[in-house]
Amino acid sequence: MLRPYVPSGPRDSDTSRLVRVLKLELKGITKRFGSLVANDHIDVVVEPGQIHCLLGENGAGKSTLMNVLYGLYEPTEGEILVDGKPVTFRGPGDAMAAGIGMVHQHFMLIPVFTVAENVALGAETTKAGGFLNLDDTRRKIKEISDRYGFDVDPDALIEDLPVGVQQRVEIIKALVRDAKVLILDEPTAVLTPQDTEELLDIMRQLKSHGTSIVFISHKLREVKAVSDTITVIRRGKVVGTASPSSSTTELASMMVGRAVNLTLDKAPANPQERTFQVKDLTVIAPSGQHVVDNISFDIARGEILAIAGVQGNGQTELTEAILGLQDRVHGSILLDDEELVGRSVKDVLNAGVGFVPEDRSLDGLIGTFSIAENLILDRYDQAPFASGISMNPAKVLENAKTRIDEFDVRTPSGSLAAGTLSGGNQQKVVMARELSRPLRLFIASQPTRGVDVGSIEFLHKRIVAERDHGTPVMIVSTELDEVMELADRIAVLYKGKLVGIVPAGTGRDVLGLMMAGLSPESAHADTATKNQATTPADGRATAARPVQESTSGAAGANAVGENND
Amino acid sequence: MSTTATSPVPGPGKSGQGKSGQATPQPDTNHKPAQSGKPVTWKLPVTLAVLAVVAFIFFGLLGPQGSAKFGVSSGGDFFQLPAIEVPAFLSGIVLSVILLVLAGYALALKANRNRRPPRWLPAVFTVIFVVAFLIWVVGGARTPSISLAGLIAGSVTLAVPIVFGSLSGVLCERAGVVNIAIEGQLLGGAFTAALVASLTHNPYAGLLAAAVAGALVSMVLALFSIKYVVNQIIVGVVLNVLVSGLTGFLFSTVMQSDKAKYNSPGRLPIIDIPVLSGIPVIGPILFKQSVVGYLMYVAVIVIWIGLFKTKWGLRVRAVGEHPQAADTLGIKVNATRFWNVTLGGAVAGIGGSFFTLVAIDSFTKEISGGRGFIALAAMILGRWNPIGAFFAALLFGFADNLQSIVTIIGTPVPSQFMAMLPYVVTVFAVAGLVGRSRPPAADGIPYVKG
Repeated sequence: MLRPYVPSGPRDSDTSRLVRVLKLELKGITKRFGSLVANDHIDVVVEPGQIHCLLGENGAGKSTLMNVLYGLYEPTEGEILVDGKPVTFRGPGDAMAAGIGMVHQHFMLIPVFTVAENVALGAETTKAGGFLNLDDTRRKIKEISDRYGFDVDPDALIEDLPVGVQQRVEIIKALVRDAKVLILDEPTAVLTPQDTEELLDIMRQLKSHGTSIVFISHKLREVKAVSDTITVIRRGKVVGTASPSSSTTELASMMVGRAVNLTLDKAPANPQERTFQVKDLTVIAPSGQHVVDNISFDIARGEILAIAGVQGNGQTELTEAILGLQDRVHGSILLDDEELVGRSVKDVLNAGVGFVPEDRSLDGLIGTFSIAENLILDRYDQAPFASGISMNPAKVLENAKTRIDEFDVRTPSGSLAAGTLSGGNQQKVVMARELSRPLRLFIASQPTRGVDVGSIEFLHKRIVAERDHGTPVMIVSTELDEVMELADRIAVLYKGKLVGIVPAGTGRDVLGLMMAGLSPESAHADTATKNQATTPADGRATAARPVQESTSGAAGANAVGENND
Repeated sequence: MSTTATSPVPGPGKSGQGKSGQATPQPDTNHKPAQSGKPVTWKLPVTLAVLAVVAFIFFGLLGPQGSAKFGVSSGGDFFQLPAIEVPAFLSGIVLSVILLVLAGYALALKANRNRRPPRWLPAVFTVIFVVAFLIWVVGGARTPSISLAGLIAGSVTLAVPIVFGSLSGVLCERAGVVNIAIEGQLLGGAFTAALVASLTHNPYAGLLAAAVAGALVSMVLALFSIKYVVNQIIVGVVLNVLVSGLTGFLFSTVMQSDKAKYNSPGRLPIIDIPVLSGIPVIGPILFKQSVVGYLMYVAVIVIWIGLFKTKWGLRVRAVGEHPQAADTLGIKVNATRFWNVTLGGAVAGIGGSFFTLVAIDSFTKEISGGRGFIALAAMILGRWNPIGAFFAALLFGFADNLQSIVTIIGTPVPSQFMAMLPYVVTVFAVAGLVGRSRPPAADGIPYVKG
């Protein structure tokens, strides 16, 4: 078992208390899945009371490493040391007993349970006879909530809570189990910029209370803002450590393995006539909810309109309505004065609409089909790929060869199953298919989600090229960075409503507030007052920051009085 | 087509607001959808309206002119209540008008305020409908008199195996394994109970053996669906056919060869609790039962408490809702599922013993007669809740019993129509008309790590 000892990490004044603080070491961790090496002799040392960031691209092996650490996977080789002693975790239970907690990227919460039930699960306190003692759990939740200013109702159902609060429940879950090392796996992926700032503050608070944090991310800005140490992982290997003061470009090139140009070179837009118009569009979900609620906008030829918003605010339904995939659509969608509402998907595609769906493996590709076949999914029945009822495989392969070269798809052959490709290459296949015919409208939903940085650069260039070619382009992205990078105009959706359309170059903070439902005018006004209140030295003008500092101070004062068992 | 982005709309929520010292413009807090969760549909109001109109025409306008007499007390009761006699036509009109009003209220709620009717409404509607139906049936019979006590006691008796079966279903599906094999578990229990009780001359040994047999059938289901990840529906169906064939074969080869030795289990005695069993109507139901009958009440309550009030239950439900989450908290998902399915089988096995140790004292082919499937419907109608399943099973038992009583007293309604009733109720139940029924999220989905 672990002996308590006085913390050696950075701590606040109160050193009289004995707090268990862990030093965590991963030595030579290797994890293979068949022939795939997900982790290759990884060494990481997490010092007590530090925020240690694992930086790497999607698919670099960060999550695998953490699943090994959390006992979900057994390492093929290597060992884990807790306070210098080797340990073996046969399951998450062992890891939790050793003081390691994890907040998964996809929350591990049971939607129909209350907060208290979720927190209690697996570490239940019981009365005689195995009866649950949820009061005890409620008390613990209250205690932690008060300490960190979480404001979580123990009796609320998880499914009724916003994502940000759900994440706090996950953190509470770990803290109730006395986690001394908290692993956060891509925690900001689902949050608004404001929620993200609050999370970063929570992380700082946790640190000041002696909890070490392993922060897994590929977002450089957040990593720089909060980390003490950064370990960069590329293709399953540690490629080096960096300090948070390193520049974004340095970190990015370490992450990718070559110099990358993070800013997209794009000529100013040259908008022409507005050929795509959406008027009073409403989409009604099977639940009766208006998931897209009476929105109108238009896109000009040679312009990129980006639809921003937190996931689940109607973006999916909007794109699906344009494609003809939604049933209950009211209003009108005009492309070159042609009505698209009520037309079949095939009609819409033939009208010259290119569409990159948000989930390529679900809607964009058929994984078991070859790359060549996937490249003609929308035109399999047209010349030159088909004549009458027969297909022409030679033409299909020939087409594949051209597209693969043109879009730099890294594959030995076009006849391989599309599912075997990496995320970035899969996305290139989808993009190649959709851009390979003359378009009158191009829609790309989450064009670079789960795609490596190298491919992002490429895909972004292609999107801009399509714009410069004179096509109206609509981008849907939940990544604010991407939106700001690509857009000529930005439309923000919130709960199915169009909050407003703002020009490119609008500040991140304004967009963030709009994503939370504020109109552009009040968002501007709000950030203006905030900017006056904060010192610009910080460089990040946020709504939550100054307030959070005062709460963390109060929380620190609370913590002095409570006993930690 | 992807429908990923419909549910929880992440907003600023409670964070950020309130903590801010400055007067932040509140980001859209009044936009709280009134119909959170399930949509309000026309399904329920329209169904109620149709039923009410049917009731008005048949039970009301075309109702019998005589009177219907319902006996309340039976001979053995320690005090006697007078029989209730109602004029059939008049009460038919009155009750069906009440039904029309209720249906109208539901329609108006939906039309004007887009709200679903209050929870009590469908329940009250059902009760009144059933009463009107009873009066109509009895009033039109050749001998317009039935014993209410007998009707209800008979319903409970017929419901016993269905209750056990549905409890088995609840135990399995709450842990995330679909149990189509309830029928096989009942049948296996019935057969084994008869065989073991005959051989040992001890019906209690038969009862125990039935539980073991049900558990064994269930273990096959558990093994294939959990360890070998075979489609759970298919394993269940195959098990039903297997048990049916196996018991049928053993019945005709072994049991028929020496009926006295292999197929005369003897009955479990009816345990009559003095005084209490003399209470009219509810006395015989609660206090004049065989061991199996008493076990039924115990099982319903114990399983309900177990599932919703204990650590075990919390874990079982977690495994059925989100196995991965349970796994990350150190709960052994597949072991939990395995033992729950096994336990469910044992419960169903005990239910099966009712056929051969209480109802009839011998085994015949297919003695369970499809009640395992009715039990499945009872579980759904009872919303995967032991108590709900119990009452749903009672409803099926009632329909079953009514059919035989109606045949005896001789009504103009063909008995085939009555025989249809349980299945009509089942269809309505499974169609989800009766209200929101949401199965455990991971029901039927195998959990494979990694």
